[in-house]
Amino acid sequence: MKRGIAGSLESNDALITVKESDTLNITIKSIVYDFFHEQIEKVIRDTLAELGIKKIDVTCEDKGALDYTIKARLTVAIARMTEEK
Amino acid sequence: MRRSLLFIPGNNPAMLQNSDVFDSDAVIYDLEDAVSVTEKDAARILVSQYLQSRKGEPPMETIVRINAPDTKYFADDIEHIVSDKIDTIMLPKATVESLTLLNKVLTEAEKKKGMKKRINVVPIVELCVSVLQIDDIVKCPRVNGVLLGAEDLSSDLEVVRTKQGNEILYPRMRLAYACAAYKIDAIDTPFTDTNDNEGLKSDCLFAGNLGMNAKAAIHPNQVPVINEVFVPAQKSIEWALRVEEAARQASQKGLGVFSLDGKMVDKPVIQRAENIIKKARKYNLI
Amino acid sequence: MKNFLDRFVPEGFKPFEGSGAYKNKKRKLIKEKATSQGFKTLKSVADMFDKLGISDGMTLSFHHHLRNGDFVLNMVAEEIKRRNLKNIKLAPSSIFPNNKILVELIEKGNVTDIYTDYVNGPVAEAISRGKLKGMCVMHTHGGRPMAIESGDLHIDVAILAVPAVDKCGNGSGVEGSGACGSLGYAESDLKYADKVVFVTDTLIDKAENAQLDGKYVDYVLKVDAIGDPNGIVSGTTKITKDPVGLKIARNTVKLLEEIGLIKDGLSMQTGAGGTSLAVAHYVRSRMIEKGIKGSFASGGITGYFTDMLDEGLLNELYDVQCFDLKAVQSISRNKNHHAISGSRYANAFDDNIVDKLDFVILGATEIDLNFNVNVTTDSHGMLMGGSGGHSDTAHGAKVTVITTNLVKSRLPIIKEKVTTVTTPGEDVDVVVTERGIAINPRRTDLLEKVKNSRLPIVTIEELLETAHSITGLPDKLVLSDKPVGVVVYRDGTVIDTIYKVK
Repeated sequence: MKRGIAGSLESNDALITVKESDTLNITIKSIVYDFFHEQIEKVIRDTLAELGIKKIDVTCEDKGALDYTIKARLTVAIARMTEEK
Repeated sequence: MRRSLLFIPGNNPAMLQNSDVFDSDAVIYDLEDAVSVTEKDAARILVSQYLQSRKGEPPMETIVRINAPDTKYFADDIEHIVSDKIDTIMLPKATVESLTLLNKVLTEAEKKKGMKKRINVVPIVELCVSVLQIDDIVKCPRVNGVLLGAEDLSSDLEVVRTKQGNEILYPRMRLAYACAAYKIDAIDTPFTDTNDNEGLKSDCLFAGNLGMNAKAAIHPNQVPVINEVFVPAQKSIEWALRVEEAARQASQKGLGVFSLDGKMVDKPVIQRAENIIKKARKYNLI
Repeated sequence: MKNFLDRFVPEGFKPFEGSGAYKNKKRKLIKEKATSQGFKTLKSVADMFDKLGISDGMTLSFHHHLRNGDFVLNMVAEEIKRRNLKNIKLAPSSIFPNNKILVELIEKGNVTDIYTDYVNGPVAEAISRGKLKGMCVMHTHGGRPMAIESGDLHIDVAILAVPAVDKCGNGSGVEGSGACGSLGYAESDLKYADKVVFVTDTLIDKAENAQLDGKYVDYVLKVDAIGDPNGIVSGTTKITKDPVGLKIARNTVKLLEEIGLIKDGLSMQTGAGGTSLAVAHYVRSRMIEKGIKGSFASGGITGYFTDMLDEGLLNELYDVQCFDLKAVQSISRNKNHHAISGSRYANAFDDNIVDKLDFVILGATEIDLNFNVNVTTDSHGMLMGGSGGHSDTAHGAKVTVITTNLVKSRLPIIKEKVTTVTTPGEDVDVVVTERGIAINPRRTDLLEKVKNSRLPIVTIEELLETAHSITGLPDKLVLSDKPVGVVVYRDGTVIDTIYKVK
């Protein structure tokens, strides 16, 4: 199964892993889960919609990343998955 | 007109987030040497998303150091980075040829993206051949400052880089003259020991005396030192204000040349005073 | 019941009425208890429990000068556990991560109530999870001596770690392998506890200038070691290298300059955190440049301040606790480096030092639109600190400056309302962040002074807005309604309640 990883577990970053899937699964772990999990999920959903992706498995391990970092890491993880041979 | 230009590694979210608070005149978001080859894609997208998310005008100039045109990253860098959100592209290993190419590529990109802004270029002189081409590099379109890259230059010359910097005396002088002749910024090479701000200060003073008028920083803690050295000292501001006042009075009397404190003041001196005042105003010193 | 700040106060506690309300109250003192007949020696911790009759329901007190290297509280805890004593109340002036043995005692009901000024680590977490049967009562460093001397906090036995004890029972903090310098937080316990035990690993003939007077001591117990020197004091405390912290420190000093506080005779206090030390460092540079001399620095003392004393930049140090080795060495040799008691330091009813401070530099885990500061819980409501001297110095100093990053790990430090109030906003004057400086609107005098400056002065509302523009709007945290502790202000009233975390 193809997969792509981007980001890191450094402070203010997020490690995002995506895998091909028949359904849409989003898993979020975050040090600021109580305050931002909805916002993180929204960024992930919006980014997937922008890229026209409906079915994928996304795991986000967040260390306090801002929205643009989550969007960038997800975009790159998906690009890396797509390029994987 | 810049004093300090702060490098921020392009793939580091923690540093990007605070890049605008360190009072540097410019921030250089780095996609080149600070980013490993395996993360070029990640850094490019992260910097681009960061810049797009930024609200309002940042308090400093936005520069992105892209990868050189002879690398496979160049085209993607241009595609993702060139937008109204940046002011300047910094070009590594610049030569007249690569600057000409960059100008063409930027012109196309600006047109394609319907940009309001014209992107400036700051080339890095870090090859021996670029030192020899400096007179032409400063004349290239869009170029409004040149950065000396002493680390790469020393290895190209196969000499050891030292804190004293005798090995870069010649390129510093060449660059200072060429930039002064075309009224653009002569930006000095970074001081690499981030724990030695005393050494940084002497390096700034030395470069300043050779005619360099700005310096790149590789750590935010270097910025206050650089800002302090590359502004006119209080004494010269006072002198410049007195020259300006005397010049105003002299011109009322129809005099082109006059004397102040027993020294003759003519046009070049007035010009120098005006430049000092301009810089002092810009940095809130008057 | 709600208090002056509209915060809930549990049954049986007095509500906070404002930081100046103590001025209408009178100092209450119980009798000092000196034992003229000299001290007896104990053979072991078990012997101590036997001889003193330490039993169910008693209150035992400790000081925290050995900090994360302390063995004494843990020795006593082991014995409580061995004897399976019940309903013990503990009153250590602080609790550190190395006291984790208490978690078990709390869970089993051996320890049911805790009185302390600061708690960090596993014990704090256990309290927050609701494991303590009774309450965790959080005092301030000045409020604790007030509670003890007034009898509000009655101590059955004070078990005090003392680095060196002489033949007359006098206790010194500067000799012995567990040397920690000042023993300021132990002094009220010494004078007012029913019984006092010194626990030491070093017996000496005569202690010079002993801080703890032997006339109060009932028993001395010699053990192999009272603590681990590595955990007691850090070798060196260093200024931060974090560029954001340094920028905040530089702007803080520019502000102090602008409001006229960098002047001859200045008095100051800063914490031992990296940014606070950086402020001290920049203040020192400005003092040298301007050729001025300060009068004193107080509080927890670090090598930065002893250097300033040695350089003649400060006349005196008032030291309630030494933070590093340099401070310990200085206090034993420099007669202008005074060891002071917690009461002299910060007790509102004593002739205290904090009231004489020109400025204090403090931190915050949260600060709100009313300038209330939280250093007791984190943003999740989890207990992780406490006032220490925060609210004491904030009230005493002429100008109280909070230095903090605007955002930490996506969490805005500025809130509409802090999770827990430690220090009331009426005592907080300035907040310095990397993205602007906010001045409390009550301080029209300070606002007037910075009117024409080039400092980035903003309102606290603007700081909140800037923080939200970076992080996005955080969801509101809903706390449980089960109190696990109270934050007691320095006058003995309750300023806020600490709730169980979900």
